[in-house]
Formats: sequence, structure tokens, C-alpha cells
Amino acid sequence: MKETRVASAKRKRFINNTIVHIVLAILAVVWVFPILWVVLTSFRAEKGSYVSTFFPKSYTLANYARLFTDTTILNFPKMFGNTLFIAICSCILSTFYVLSVSYCLSRIKFKMRKPYMNMAMVLGLFPGFMSMVAVYFILKALGLSEGGLIRLALILCYSGGAGLGFQIAKGFFDTVPRAIDEAALIDGCTRWQIFYKITLPLSKPVIIYTVLTSFIGPWVDFIFAKVICRANADYYTVAIGLWRMLEKEYIDSWYTCFAAGAVLISIPIAALFMFLQRFYVDGMSGAVKG
Amino acid sequence: MGLFKKRINDFPTPYTVSAAATKGGPETKLSMLVLGAGNIVHKQVIKGLLYLAAEVAYIVFMITNGFHCLAMLPSLGWVEQEEVWNEALQIYEYTKGDNSILILLYGVATILLTLFMVWFWRECVKSAYAAECLDKEGRHVNTFKEDLHTLLHENIQRLLMTPSLIFIFGFTVLPLIFMICMAFTNYSKIDNHLLLFEWVGLENFRTLFDSSSILGSTFWSVLGWTLIWAFFATFTNYIFGMILAIVINREGTRFKGFWRFCFVLSCAVPSFVSLLIMRTMLQPNGAVNVLLRSLGLIASDASLPFFTDPLWARVTVIVINIWVGVPYTLLQLTGVLQNIPGELYEAARVDGANPVQIFMKITLPYMLFITTPYLISTFTGNVNNFNIIYLLSGGDPVTDLASTAGKTDLLVTWLYKLTIDKQYYNIGAVIGILTFIILAIGALLTYRNSKSYKDEEAF
Repeated sequence: MKETRVASAKRKRFINNTIVHIVLAILAVVWVFPILWVVLTSFRAEKGSYVSTFFPKSYTLANYARLFTDTTILNFPKMFGNTLFIAICSCILSTFYVLSVSYCLSRIKFKMRKPYMNMAMVLGLFPGFMSMVAVYFILKALGLSEGGLIRLALILCYSGGAGLGFQIAKGFFDTVPRAIDEAALIDGCTRWQIFYKITLPLSKPVIIYTVLTSFIGPWVDFIFAKVICRANADYYTVAIGLWRMLEKEYIDSWYTCFAAGAVLISIPIAALFMFLQRFYVDGMSGAVKG
Repeated sequence: MGLFKKRINDFPTPYTVSAAATKGGPETKLSMLVLGAGNIVHKQVIKGLLYLAAEVAYIVFMITNGFHCLAMLPSLGWVEQEEVWNEALQIYEYTKGDNSILILLYGVATILLTLFMVWFWRECVKSAYAAECLDKEGRHVNTFKEDLHTLLHENIQRLLMTPSLIFIFGFTVLPLIFMICMAFTNYSKIDNHLLLFEWVGLENFRTLFDSSSILGSTFWSVLGWTLIWAFFATFTNYIFGMILAIVINREGTRFKGFWRFCFVLSCAVPSFVSLLIMRTMLQPNGAVNVLLRSLGLIASDASLPFFTDPLWARVTVIVINIWVGVPYTLLQLTGVLQNIPGELYEAARVDGANPVQIFMKITLPYMLFITTPYLISTFTGNVNNFNIIYLLSGGDPVTDLASTAGKTDLLVTWLYKLTIDKQYYNIGAVIGILTFIILAIGALLTYRNSKSYKDEEAF
């Protein structure tokens, strides 16, 4: 009696596990399918956006080559350079803002602390780009909307509001034990020394997280870039470039190049993301494991 | 959420403006007019001079520009740009008219600067009074160098917060106030008010709430869809992501890392890239239709109306949002799930609970408790989810040609269309404000009613 019950329980578990794995496999295919498709498209030799077969008939590397050699209409290398420059600058600025603001909010009790946090919450409820048009006018009034200064304008845009996104870093700093700070204070450290000699070295996961998220920002945003660059094609970022490749007049000749560009951007971001994922979980769980 | 609580002053200080006015010496009172006077008298020469310099700079600015900006603000300018025929050169020349948008911008900036000066003035008076008190009591008055040193220790928040505050005010607060002001003007392409416009009070709000006008009826339908979308987008992602996380986490599942990798791979691709790919795939002749045709599921000349039929389009964007969002939810919930105390499950199993009961009575309440703030921010994010709609459907299909919004347009994408494409800046600003109000009320209510707010220590 007992043995048959155990056997049937085992069989039930086996059936359950099989079903679960089959369902997971189907879902995984659904999730990976579009990515696979764009990778295949980037190697496809036939032009045009509409094809009658799912798998390419012949494979080529010409799409990648064209991306970097054909600079007459859409200058991809230049866009790449622009975006890299903007991303590095805005990444440095925003990391500084985020870390300094979150450190203050986490460790120091000062009068503006609560009002600042409330302000950040209220500002977060406004549609992000509601003020975009206004930002454009401000940049124009400052004379930053023409020529090479557009890059500066974009850097300011991407890093300007960074100080409002302090939540994750603050949450992390909260978990760094206060006892360390107090010990350092007794030993005669200033707050500044505590910040850069103790707190920052203890906070590598969240620093890396902040650096990477702010670095990725300019690569994936295209709305701000579009509104601020307008028709200045020399200062386009990669995101606008890819978007333009799908416009009606370019889509037929540029579609496979778009896929190639998408793959090129996705590789570093995917690599960063895989790398970041470890810290993402760490950043959520704190500096000192209990 | 301390917005409505009575504020208690946690930072009492004897050096206040009122104390300075009543108990301060003549030099402190003088420094109410001449900033820094008190500091100069009491050994803080450099600090006093800096204060004075700031005051002089402000006054000079106000005389040269500021008062003009403020004076123009109520009317927003009236000189029209005119065409004048130049006989000598045989061309039309344009006289320089008033540009309302710049007047408004400079006006708002001047007001912000003035508010800042009021705050600065208070700080100066307090500082003068503090210097006086310390000096009279014979205590040490900080030199300028020592003051700079306090920036590294007692006042480190000033050093660290100021740069980011300047940028936040310049690139977030100022533009926002500026946009809010636009909601009360007639700055739009309608009747050609792009250069010169004036204050119209609540006129724009009235137009938008009036359901007999085209804008009004569009507003209500877009609002309805926005709320439906935000609800479904948030909860489908949440539930689906949670189920997936549970399934991957359960004991019997093999290759946990591999499954997680498959799903997370898709959020490693920038979302605008994957959304653009999705859009091309779902076109009438895109990959999905091609695949369905070659599998023989639909006729060889037929195609599924992903973005051409309103209902299809709406379901499509929600489904694709699941594709985009679930990996993120999975990442975030996996950690939380692993933190649920195992004893709870054991106890439930001993008592003979089945998996559904365990889920409903233990997992779900625990998750809801921990993730309510996350849910609220996701909901807000979804109401403002511009990318997914704009890149996927672009708001299409537009069934009513007279209206400016399509069937899948959210308030934000409609806002974008109205401001960037149509140049109805005032209506766009009104929509932004209304979105904010809806979100603020929603966030406040749900947060206040949530368990994690009422009872912080429950779990």
C-alpha cells in the first residue's frame, strides 16, 4: 500500500516537473525569439524590411561594414563617438551627484533633509518630459542649442536631475553600519574623510550600479536627444540614428544595418548588464551580510 | 509622506531672524539692509564682503534686467512683430516684436532668483547675529578659512548637496514651473499665438473638461485608456513575473541559472531597440505574420491587425509590455521570494495546505507587503510610460480623424503629440498637470492605505 503511494507521488512529481520544464522552455523561446531574429537579420544578405522567410537565405557581414563606411546619409561612427563622449561625461557628473546626495540623506541629519526627499517624490510624479520643451527654451536662452554646445546641453540634461534618483544608493548607505562612522569620528576623522575613505570603499556594488545605469542612459534615450538636436544631424546620438534608419525613406535600404547597429549597441550593454546583475542583487541586499 | 503633518522643528537654534531683529545690536540691524555688515564688524571680513558682493550683484541685475522682466510678466508683451518694406534694399524687414515665451521664462527665473535672495538674506542676518553673539560672549568667531573647513565636516551637506541642487533647480524645477505657467496662457498654434500670447486663467482647463468639444471628449477617452493600461500593465507584469519567479525557484526545477539567463537576456537589450524590433515584426508583412503564414495558420494574403484594429492594438501593447517588463519583475522579485521565512511554508504544509492556498495565504500577502512601494512606483511609471506606446504603436490606430489622439495614446504620448507635433503648448501643459494630480492622489491614497505604511514592523 505504502509503496504504491510513494510511487504515485513520485510519478506525480515527475509529471509536474516535466510540465514545468516544457512550459519554461516555451516561454524561454518566446523571450529569446525576437533577439535571435534581430541577430539573424543583421547578418542577412537580402535587403529590405519585409521578407518572406524567417531564416535569411544567405549570410553576410556587409551590414556591419556599411554601418562604419557609408557615412553620407547617416554617419554612424560619428554618432557613436558623440554618444560615447556624452555618456562618459554625464556618467561622471551623475555618479557624483547621486553618491553625494545619497550619502548626505543617509548619514547627516540636516534641516533640508525631509523637504528634499519630499520634493524628490513630488517631482517624480510629473511626466518626465513634460518639461522637455521648457528645457529646450532654457538651453536656447543659455545659447546651448546650436553647434558643438549641443553636446554640453545633452550632458546637462542627462545628469541634471540625477540628484533626484538617490533611493537605491541611499538604501545601500543605510545598511553600512553606523558604528564604523562613530569609531572614525572618535578617531578624529572629518565627515568628508569618512565619506571617501570609509563609506565609498565599502560601497563598490552601488557605485558600479550607479556608474553603469548613468552610462547606459544616453545610449538608450532618444526623446530628449531628438528634441534638443532637432535637425543638427552632426550631433545625433546612436539612438536617434537607429530610429531614423526605420523612417519610411530609409527603412528599405537601411533595415539590415539597423539590426546590425542594434546588435552592436546591445552587446556592450548586455555585457554590462550581466556584470551589473550581480551587483544589482548585492546593491539591494546591503553592504554587510548578516 | 510628511506633507500634511505639522512640521516640528528638530533643529532649534538661538540665531533666528526674529531674535536678530529684537535682540541684535545696531550692526546686526544694519546688516538687514547692507548684507554682511555685522560680519565685517565682528572679524568675519571676507565672509561679510562676499555677502555684500552677492547683494550688490543682485541689485545690479534687478536694475538692469530684473525689474523689466517682472514688469513684463503680467502682460507677457504686446509689441507685434511686423513686416516693414525697406525701400532702399527692396526687401521686407521684420521689426523686433516681443517674444512672450522669453518674457515668461525670464520672469519665472527672476522670481526664483528673488526667492533665493530672500532665503539668502535670512541666512545673512542669522549669520550676522550669530557672529555678534559669539563675539560679545567672548567666544571664538570662525575665520573664513575655518568656515571653509566646516564644509568638510559639520556642514558637509552644503558642499555635497549644492551642486546637484543647482542643477535640479535649473533643469527640473525651473522648467516645470515654466510649463505649469504655460497651462494658464493661450500659447498654442490655435489663432497663431506662437510669438505673442497672454494669460487666460483657467480657460484651458475648461476646454479640456468640456466633454462636448473635441479636445474634451478625447481627453476623457485617453484618460480612461491610460488608467486601464496602467492597471493591466502593472498587474499582469507583477503576477506573471511572480509566478515565473516561483516556478523557477521551486525545488524540482533544474537549470535555474539557465532559465533566468534566458529571460534576463531580453532586458539586457536596450528597450527602445527591442520595441522597434517588435514594431517591425508585428507589421502586416512583418516576421510574425510571415511565420504564421508559412505555418499555414492564417491565409497567405491575410495578416493579423496588430496595430490597425483598436482592440487588437490595445491587447498587443499590453502583451508586449509583459514581454518587456517581466524580466525586470523577475529580477526584483527573486530576491524577495528567497527571503520568505521557510518555516511559514513548512508549517502550512504540515497543516495540509495545498499549493494554491500557500500562494494565496503566505506568498501573496508577504510579497504585497514588501513590494507595495515598488508597485506604486511601477504604476506611476506605467501611467508615464512613454517609450512603449510611442515606439510600438505611436498611438495608432487613429479612428476618429478629428481627434488628435489615437486609440492607444496615453496621456503622456498625447501630451508629446500636442506639444511637439501640433504645438498646442498650453493644452499639453494642462495634461501634464492633470497627470500629476491623478498620480499624486493615487500614490497618496494607496500608500496611506497600504499595510507597509500603517504597520511597519508586521513581518
